[in-house]
Amino acid sequence: MTDHDNPYDLLGEDHDDGHRWAFGTGFTDPLAGIDTSVPPGTDGAALARYCLALGDDALIYSHRLQEWLTRMPELEEETAIANIALDLLGQARMLLARAGGILGQSEDQLAFFRSEAEFRNVRLAEHADRDFAEVVGRLLIFSSWRLALFGALSSASDPVLAAIAAKGANELTYHRDYAAQWVIRLGDGTELSHARMQAALDALWPLTAELFLPDASALASVDPGSVHAVLDMVLAAAGLSRPGGATLGPVSGRAGRDGVHTEAMGYILAEMQSVARADPDATW
Amino acid sequence: MVTATSPGQSAYDVAAGTPDPELPMLTIADLGILRGAESTEEGVVVTITPTYSGCPAMREIGADVRHRLMKAGFDRVTVKTQLAPPWTTDWITADGRRKLAEAGIAPPSPAPRRSGPVPVKLSTVPTDLPRCPRCGSASTTETARFSATACKSLHRCEACGEPFEAVKAL
Repeated sequence: MTDHDNPYDLLGEDHDDGHRWAFGTGFTDPLAGIDTSVPPGTDGAALARYCLALGDDALIYSHRLQEWLTRMPELEEETAIANIALDLLGQARMLLARAGGILGQSEDQLAFFRSEAEFRNVRLAEHADRDFAEVVGRLLIFSSWRLALFGALSSASDPVLAAIAAKGANELTYHRDYAAQWVIRLGDGTELSHARMQAALDALWPLTAELFLPDASALASVDPGSVHAVLDMVLAAAGLSRPGGATLGPVSGRAGRDGVHTEAMGYILAEMQSVARADPDATW
Repeated sequence: MVTATSPGQSAYDVAAGTPDPELPMLTIADLGILRGAESTEEGVVVTITPTYSGCPAMREIGADVRHRLMKAGFDRVTVKTQLAPPWTTDWITADGRRKLAEAGIAPPSPAPRRSGPVPVKLSTVPTDLPRCPRCGSASTTETARFSATACKSLHRCEACGEPFEAVKAL
């Protein structure tokens, strides 16, 4: 007899409502019981497209962060990156479930059975960080931008997207503070840490232009100036300079949101999707 | 004499006793994630609010709530999610805070309430540090902003030298 007062005892038990073999598995719809009807006056197709794009940003970036687990400089940074990746994965699941509910596809179908050209994430999300400075530099840029975006989206016309954004904004505030403190510590640290932090920003900066490209499907817009102002404050505290120079523009007018990705993307999908594609009926 | 407890109220009481899998000293009512339980024609509907978007404990909590209610004689149970308004650590009850401190986990300070753009934290020196839950000293340091679960951070007491966890204000 399972002791239901002990949550851990429940793990070994068979359930009639799903397949579960470990803590956190047997995933159910993250939007279970939520009214997911599209409100009148809202374009459902546009809403799905936009939720897919925001979900893909979080899914791909979360996967990239997970690759750093066991490779971070200290145990404390391992737990930080694991928690941040988990928050983003949670955001991805809700956003993909929102998009999938409208498109008639499950989160798993969207995550594991789309090809590279069908992913709508910005190219910053797929960048492969080469050192810890790039990890924290990219997290600062990504979370500053996404926090501004989620702030605007928390009053979106779709109450589900608005709720996901309001919840995510609290998490992104923590992510941004974590990243900002490391950027300041490295920028304001030794000659070597300063040089590597600046080199990381220089390498990442070309990817930032895409974040502010006009996007017809966007349901909220972010003033680039407000994001740059946040970044400038951090860079000033760190003694770093905002990089200039060339940016990675669209290719024939198309960028990440249109399914045009960098070389890094194919490798991510190969790893992320291989198990699901090898056994399409698997459950987790 | 017949007690005047409604089925919805007794279902709420049963659901409220469910322990949190990651902070088992707290019930989901202590944690403030139980939004309600009502008795409907389709059985009992329990509504819970996730703590963090990716919190893996939500699945376990839902299963546990269902089992506790079924054991208490409710044969049809649905667990619903409610996202808005987002959960805040301010919803942890006074009882919950006391239980956390007794278990050596510092309870959260009041969550920051903001309107408009969120200011970025520019100091690398942590502010608003929790008191040591063991000896009560205010002289503590933050060793990591993240811990074994999304909801906690890691600290050390300068007075008694013990490490401890704190629930992050969210």
